[in-house]
Amino acid sequence: MIGEMTINEIQEGIIEEFAGFEDWMDKYAYLIELGTDLSGLEAQYQTDQNLIKGCQSKVWFNAKLEDGVVKLEADSDAIIVKGIAALLIRVFNNQTPEAIMNADLKFIDEIGLKQHLSPTRSNGLVSMVKQIKMYGLAFNHKANN
Amino acid sequence: MSLDPIKLRQDFPILSEKIYGKPLVYFDNAATTQTPTQVTDVMVEYYNKYNSNIHRGVHYLSNKSTEGAENARIKVQKFINAAHSHEVIFTAGTTESVNLVANSFGECYISEGDEVIVSEMEHHSNIVPWQMLCQRKKASLKVLPFNDNGELMIEKLDELITDRTKILAVNHISNSLGTINPIKEIIDFAHSKNVPVLIDAAQSIQHKKIDVQALDADFLAFSGHKLYGPTGVGVLYGKEKFLNEMPPWQGGGEMIQEVTFEKTTYNELPFKFEAGTPNYIDIIGLGAAIDYVEAIGLDAIDAYEQELLAYATEKFNAIPNLKIYGTAKNKTSVISFLVEGIHFYDMGMLLDQMGIAVRTGTHCTEPVMQHFGIEGTVRASFAFYNTKEEIDALLAGIEKVCKMFGVKHA
Ligand SMILES: Cc1ncc(COP(=O)(O)O)c(C=O)c1O
Repeated sequence: MIGEMTINEIQEGIIEEFAGFEDWMDKYAYLIELGTDLSGLEAQYQTDQNLIKGCQSKVWFNAKLEDGVVKLEADSDAIIVKGIAALLIRVFNNQTPEAIMNADLKFIDEIGLKQHLSPTRSNGLVSMVKQIKMYGLAFNHKANN
Repeated sequence: MSLDPIKLRQDFPILSEKIYGKPLVYFDNAATTQTPTQVTDVMVEYYNKYNSNIHRGVHYLSNKSTEGAENARIKVQKFINAAHSHEVIFTAGTTESVNLVANSFGECYISEGDEVIVSEMEHHSNIVPWQMLCQRKKASLKVLPFNDNGELMIEKLDELITDRTKILAVNHISNSLGTINPIKEIIDFAHSKNVPVLIDAAQSIQHKKIDVQALDADFLAFSGHKLYGPTGVGVLYGKEKFLNEMPPWQGGGEMIQEVTFEKTTYNELPFKFEAGTPNYIDIIGLGAAIDYVEAIGLDAIDAYEQELLAYATEKFNAIPNLKIYGTAKNKTSVISFLVEGIHFYDMGMLLDQMGIAVRTGTHCTEPVMQHFGIEGTVRASFAFYNTKEEIDALLAGIEKVCKMFGVKHA
């Protein structure tokens, strides 16, 4: 995947984008837009296995390994959560399992999402990240065995 | 009778807090009510001047603490009009109270093939302990349903109660629907079939005058933190007759009379059910909370909260695409709702950004959500320190969220 941006480059881009928002309304309106635009998951992938635990809304992540990189799709019944999932997809999609495993996710803090999400909520976010990292770990293990 | 919410708000420092720079609008009172300085002052005073383990001390401080905690018991007794102060057991809250009865009463009176009845609108705290008991004892759990307005179908009790029914556990007021259940009628009917009744009063103790003798309730449970008192303390009221027959649930200090390795004899009521050092400063705080509420008057509180409920309900009903869950004739100041096309979690998150605290999700009543085929609701619950202006702020907040989602609002 020559020419793809690194996880850090993508994060920088997101941080820059969010720095342009004046107040929380703009920020959340943008998340709503991202959530609305994310194509989501076909019903067959909205399985219990793909369901992320620890969030009040339902969030599903589906991942597969193709040509050495991870392909991610996600869906949620809550639009803002889906918008957050869209950001995570932007960061992790088409990255190698190894890059995903080792990624340092600083953008969540920097765009002020974590601070605006209460513990139960950020648990959902934390769970999403954890799940993606688990996919990275599993695919990496598979590729090396 | 009337009360002045603006003046009363001054007793609650948290109500002047700013959230993300905006004035807090606290509409999560059904989960936890705020605590006035009249309560926290008493607790701080006890910590600073009298703190000492109760009941077993020979010294001045221990006597002061013991007196404070036992006075609180008498305050609770009078507050719910129990016949005896030893019918008042201090627990960690409603949940522990129900667990105590499910375990101890369950041990004593329930055996294989017996039946326990709960309602479809119970909090998980008044379901799971009974379910666990039924599993242990191979008994069965039966459910009294509610209709789509959120009113219990008490006419079904006649067929539900059999000669194997050993106890009926039902809430006075539903935390997710706001329904006020006709508990006097339920108790009378159950008693006519010789079935004792446990009332979960977690959502009514702060709104309604309760008289356990007039109700003839066999057990009644509530939590301090929903009665403007501290967290971690609650009450189980039980009729003396049952409490005397029931075995202790937890063993430890305080609950014993004599211990040898061969045999232990148990203390008398209420201590038989209070193993270990009681949560005495919170118990004293609960006593202060009862004083506070009684000084305002539950009738005045109830009347004002009904006014808030009527105001909010009318305004909510005028919003297209908004549906209220829980439309019983007899309701307390709780509004559970959903706006079509907006997930409750999105709504709650955005209202939070405006400084408005509501609760979202199932409210620990998943069967209620299943009844309506929904995943959860947004719940706004009002207390006497809330105002119509705050309800207007919530309405404006909902309007804003609708706009952000492109949902028709008016
Ligand atoms: C009706 C009802 N029952 C029981 C409980 C449990 O109370 P606690 O968590 O204080 O034990 C609650 C509190 O949410 C409630 O609303």
